[in-house]
This record gives sequence, C-alpha cells and structure tokens, in this order.
Amino acid sequence: MKATVLVRPKQGILDPQGQAVESSLRQLGFSVADARVGRVIDLEVEADSPAAARAEVERMCERLLANSLIESYEIDVGDA
Amino acid sequence: MPEVRPRVGVLVFPGSNDDRDAAWALQALGAEPVLVWHGERELPALDAVVLPGGFSYGDYLRCGAIARFAPAMESVASYAANGGLVLGICNGFQILCEAGLLPGVLRPNASLSFICRDVRVRVERTDTHLTSRCGPGQVLTIPVKHGEGCYFPPPDLPEDQVVLRYVTGDNPNGSVDDIAGIVSESGNVVGLMPHPEHAVDPLLGSADGALLLASLLDAARERHFVGA
Repeated sequence: MKATVLVRPKQGILDPQGQAVESSLRQLGFSVADARVGRVIDLEVEADSPAAARAEVERMCERLLANSLIESYEIDVGDA
Repeated sequence: MPEVRPRVGVLVFPGSNDDRDAAWALQALGAEPVLVWHGERELPALDAVVLPGGFSYGDYLRCGAIARFAPAMESVASYAANGGLVLGICNGFQILCEAGLLPGVLRPNASLSFICRDVRVRVERTDTHLTSRCGPGQVLTIPVKHGEGCYFPPPDLPEDQVVLRYVTGDNPNGSVDDIAGIVSESGNVVGLMPHPEHAVDPLLGSADGALLLASLLDAARERHFVGA
C-alpha cells in the first residue's frame, strides 16, 4: 500500500531554506509573500487495511520521520 | 602513584570525522581514549563517553536522526540513565538531542552557509562536568564548523540548563538566545556545537578547549575511583 508523508516546519520556526526560496522567487519577478520548505516521503508499506497502514506510518513519523518539536506532518494513504 | 588515566569512550559512526581528533585531544590531556564502533551493543567499562563531530549518515533526514538508532546508542542511553558522563560535540550534540538525552534540536544555520571559524562563548555555569575548570562568565575562543548548528530549545527550557552562550554579536548560526551548549536536567549529559578538541594547543590558535575537556577528565577520574 502506498503512503505519502508530508513533513513541514511548524509555524514560527525559522525556515532559512524557505526564506532563500522566497527571495529567489522575488528576484525572478514573482509576487510571493512567504515560502516554507518541507519534505515529502513516499512509502510502500505492507498493511491489511488503509487504517492499519496509517497507524503504522504515524508510528514511523513519531519515531523517525519528523521531529515534533519543530515539524508537523500529514499522512496520505492511497491504494494503488 | 601514577595519575589515573580515565577511560573515555569515543563513539565512531559512519560519517564521524572528529573521532580521532577527540581521541588525540583526550589522550594529550591524560585520558585513555577507547574508540567504540556504532555497531557495538555493549560499551566497554568507561569513565565517560564522547560523541564526536562529523556527518553521521550524511546528515540525511535530519542531522543525528539516524545515528540515534545505532546499536551503541541504546547503551549510551542506559549509560546516561545510570548517571554516566556523556559529552556530545557538534554532530554528537545533534545526536543527543535527537535521542532525547538533551532537550531541543539543531536546525540549519540561519545563513544556510556552512560556518568554519573561531567563536567566543561565555561560560554560564561552572558546576558542570564540562566547565568546572572555568571561571564564572569566562569567555573562551573555540572553533565551530557546522551547517546545522542553530539551536532551537523546547519552550520550557530552564535557564539553568544553558552552559555556554555565544558572546553577543558572535552568534554564528542563529541559535535561539545565543545558546551554544546545554546540560541535561540530570546534569550528566552535556552537548555543545563548538569543538573543544580543536582548541587544545596554542599552536592551533587557542587552547581554551582544553579547559572544557580537562574538566570532563576531572569528573571522569572521580567516577573512576567511585566505580573501582
């Protein structure tokens, strides 16, 4: 079962990568008020049901994929 | 009676690159360094443990996030839980934070640049096993070299857990409150971004780092006698 994890820097956490992207976009003439850079992790997990897959991926996030002090995460579980 | 040479373990992760410098500096200051491979499940008998600088696992995901699950880190966690002395330098500090042995986390430098230069840090506490040879408020010159040294504390970090601060105006990485080094609530785990092992001889520009490592060895010698 495929699962996608989206990890974001939490609100209020300094995100120098996002700032660099924002300023580059501005230099290119785009009108951007803010940019934040996160990370996407695509997973293939073995699970009996989407709910079980989600629970397993949530454990992965808590243990390794995200640091809850500075990052939030979203999990998307698909069939395919 | 010959002076006791405390046995200090220096962990070696894939991507550690200051392990030998740390071992060399500790030996020069009177310790018997023991390199410990990250795959070892049990630590040998040690009076202190140092997690050295480097780029364990290529800093993938987040710096220190993967190294914290190395087999040897389980032993380091129980060593720390039993009151053992643990020091994390740079990547070692990052690993201790990710492992939850120290509060907070290290983020990419505010400038996004890798920074390699001397910084001045002020000693905020002299009652830790890293700073016992320093005077209150003493300013030390020690090099940093990191891309991810911006310390972000938990919202409730007590002020008395701050051991070292970058001198105002000399914060190289955007660390919150100029924090350069912290101690655990239990007092036996310390982490810092500057590299004391690179500042143990005036020939290298500063010997201030020797004060910190010699403090660690003082404490390790005391443990040695207690443990013996």
